[in-house]
Amino acid sequence: MPRRNAAPAGAARRTKANAVEPIAAAARQRRDLTIRPVRRSDLEAVIAIDAQVTGIEKRDYWRSIYRRYGESTVPGAQFLVAESAGEVVGFAIGEVRDWEFGAPPCGWVFAIDVRPDARLAGIGSRLLATICAGFRRAGVRKVRTMLASDNTLILSFFRSQGMMAGRFIPLEMDLEG
Amino acid sequence: MKLQQNSMLALYSLFEFAADPLRHISAAEIAEKYRVSPHHLAKVLAELARAGIVQSVRGVGGGYRFAGNARRLTLFDVISRFEDIGSGADERRDRTPADRALAVVLSEIDEITKATLQSITLATLLRLAERKIDANEPAVASPSTRSARRAA
Repeated sequence: MPRRNAAPAGAARRTKANAVEPIAAAARQRRDLTIRPVRRSDLEAVIAIDAQVTGIEKRDYWRSIYRRYGESTVPGAQFLVAESAGEVVGFAIGEVRDWEFGAPPCGWVFAIDVRPDARLAGIGSRLLATICAGFRRAGVRKVRTMLASDNTLILSFFRSQGMMAGRFIPLEMDLEG
Repeated sequence: MKLQQNSMLALYSLFEFAADPLRHISAAEIAEKYRVSPHHLAKVLAELARAGIVQSVRGVGGGYRFAGNARRLTLFDVISRFEDIGSGADERRDRTPADRALAVVLSEIDEITKATLQSITLATLLRLAERKIDANEPAVASPSTRSARRAA
């Protein structure tokens, strides 16, 4: 999840002149955007996006995630990528979890990211909408996610999609010794 | 949590401005709608103008208009201009053991408050207000359904 790419808060800072090109690029991107299940050949791009955003390359982690979700036939398990102009520009991963924390089956989105230079074009919204559609097909009617409280960029994104604080409170403690 | 009056006035005003960004709205119009003191509201609007969030428009048909980005401006950005959010815990930290323990709990609440306010943009607030009218919507709104409804 991106932290270092925090969105500028407050008043708009772009001038009209330099705003034109990103808007035009965003419109082009929207038109040719495809959301589809991940393929093995997408993995390098997914690893690169995650490394660009988090600053840590986690090659082994992503390989195991691909094995678990990319090759999964379990209903509700989804590893989606967003492709624009032949390039992977974002991804989202989720699964249906049954009775976790005592809750009836629901969809969990545990990763979503869009390449920084491809943001503000609705790609994250399309990824989330597609993953939610997959959850509906799997028979669940609620979707959850969890992220760091200081990750304001992604928190704002989920809020903008209609998500509100849920009825669970995450707790943690340091283990001594 | 209760917000101070200046914060509320700022949020009421920005709600009106962002709902119709091209329109110039006078302080008197907002004051009348929310039944608040125009004098008090003028001070709040002056602060928002200083911050570049609204722009003052002079002359006939003048007033204020929205100059910010509703998809980026958060409730925290607005409220923190008028009041300290979550400063209560720090005041207790150096007193008795009970105070220190309470400070831990209160700072936990402050962090949650801050995270919530930092994640709700003005655009999200407008959408929440829309949702109240449309009470039958599912808990998680589908962006595609929304767009389709707007287009229709």
